[in-house]
Amino acid sequence: MADPLLVIENLHKKFDHLEVLRGVDLRMNGGDVVSIIGSSGSGKTTLLRCVNLLEDFHEGRIVVDGQEIGYAVKGGRRVRLPNSIVARHRALTGMAFQTFNLFPHLSALGNVTLGLIRVRGMKKDEAVAIAERWLDRVGLLERRNHYPGQLSGGQQQRVAIARAIAMNPKLMLFDEVTSALDPELVNEVLNVIKDLARDGMTMLIVTHEMKFAYEVSTRIIFMNEGRIGEEGPPSEVFNNPKTPRLAEFLKNSSF
Amino acid sequence: MEFTQFLNELWIARGALWQGLQLTIAVSVLAIVLGTVLGLFVGMVLVYAWRPFKLLVRLYVDFIRGTPVFVLVLASFYILSVIGIQLTAFQAGVLAITVFCSSHVGEMVRGALQAIHRGQTEAAMAIGLTFRQTFQYVLMPQALRQILPTWVNAATEMVKASTLLSVIGVAELLLSTQQVISRNFLSLEFYFFAGLIYFVLNFSIERFGRHLERRLAVY
Ligand SMILES: Nc1ncnc2c1ncn2[C@@H]1O[C@H](COP(=O)(O)OP(=O)(O)OP(=O)(O)O)[C@@H](O)[C@H]1O
Ligand SMILES: [Mg+2]
Repeated sequence: MADPLLVIENLHKKFDHLEVLRGVDLRMNGGDVVSIIGSSGSGKTTLLRCVNLLEDFHEGRIVVDGQEIGYAVKGGRRVRLPNSIVARHRALTGMAFQTFNLFPHLSALGNVTLGLIRVRGMKKDEAVAIAERWLDRVGLLERRNHYPGQLSGGQQQRVAIARAIAMNPKLMLFDEVTSALDPELVNEVLNVIKDLARDGMTMLIVTHEMKFAYEVSTRIIFMNEGRIGEEGPPSEVFNNPKTPRLAEFLKNSSF
Repeated sequence: MEFTQFLNELWIARGALWQGLQLTIAVSVLAIVLGTVLGLFVGMVLVYAWRPFKLLVRLYVDFIRGTPVFVLVLASFYILSVIGIQLTAFQAGVLAITVFCSSHVGEMVRGALQAIHRGQTEAAMAIGLTFRQTFQYVLMPQALRQILPTWVNAATEMVKASTLLSVIGVAELLLSTQQVISRNFLSLEFYFFAGLIYFVLNFSIERFGRHLERRLAVY
């Protein structure tokens, strides 16, 4: 078996005095699709943001593809790495946000090529070719010159996914990517993610779409009060919850 | 016939007025360009800099914005020479209006940067851009687009403010007009003529701004 692609060990995160993550341990292998479910405020978003180094964390380690990210131990003390290295570590993972966060002043194509050119150092032609391939993949090639303001929410989110994944990250992070969308636009986005899963992309997904999580995941994680409350294969977690908290959560969720 | 007399005098004064117009344009363009560049830095400092530095620049901006431009012009001409900095009237005037412009542009840039949703920075960081790159390719272009209408307005204010340089003896359009009037006494006609030229200058700036806005109005 190959080395794990993502290792999270004893991750702790506080906002002032509020401890939001209280010792999270997680391992993913290449090709795993792990969905995180759990009630509001349980720390799902914070966990993803730590993996993408958008949040600092106080204790624990995160290793992506064999590289510890964000921090190093120097002279027995844990230090945050300089910003230039942190930026490089961030590029190991791709993130899609609930609110898309496309750059409004750039076309769909411009959104996707920006990172390819500025971070990956590609020539414009090369970046455009890759960006067009991914825009095609999410079904938006003919909209490549549209600006975000000219696209529907579902289309914007698909461009945002293309933007993240074109960077060729080791791991894709999705944070409730459909919860800001009108119901009729949800499926076009979920289908893109399913398509990526079939391709063997390693993904960590926070979602409230239980049916989708059931179908797409190799493993489900139930977050509860900053810890992993329960985990296992979808059939296990959804059909035989072992803790009353998960049973309660599932009872209140819609499928 | 009054009008032909005016045309006659205008012809005689054409050299002086032309020189005045050139000075007005030179002062305005210099002050707007330098003031905008300085203002971009001021805005950046107000948003991102180390706290004490930020406070210092905030003080600068509030002080300048609370002072009449007229006073700034007099101060940079008379007070700076007292402390040993010798500037020509032209330099002192450009300095005063540049400083004035920078504090206004700085405030605009600060407001625009702070209005950009945090998600923009996060999305840029998430694809691995450094902060500098995020600023350059994501934040600044959006801020510039945002301030364009107010900036155009400020630019026209700078043209108007350039008339204040007449009090320190810079023969810009207003002062040369006054000098012409002191020879031919056609005050109504020549003030009107100068007014028309200022209108044309500012009208052009506004048209140019609208044109830019339309070109950038893709989102
Ligand atoms: N920037 C912040 N400052 C202070 N507290 C925060 C911050 N971000 C999140 N929190 C708090 O941390 C806790 C966990 O938040 P998080 O966003 O990770 O929850 P979540 O599981 O994603 O919830 P949801 O399902 O509502 O998205 C919440 O109590 C939240 O109020
Ligand atoms: Mg969340």
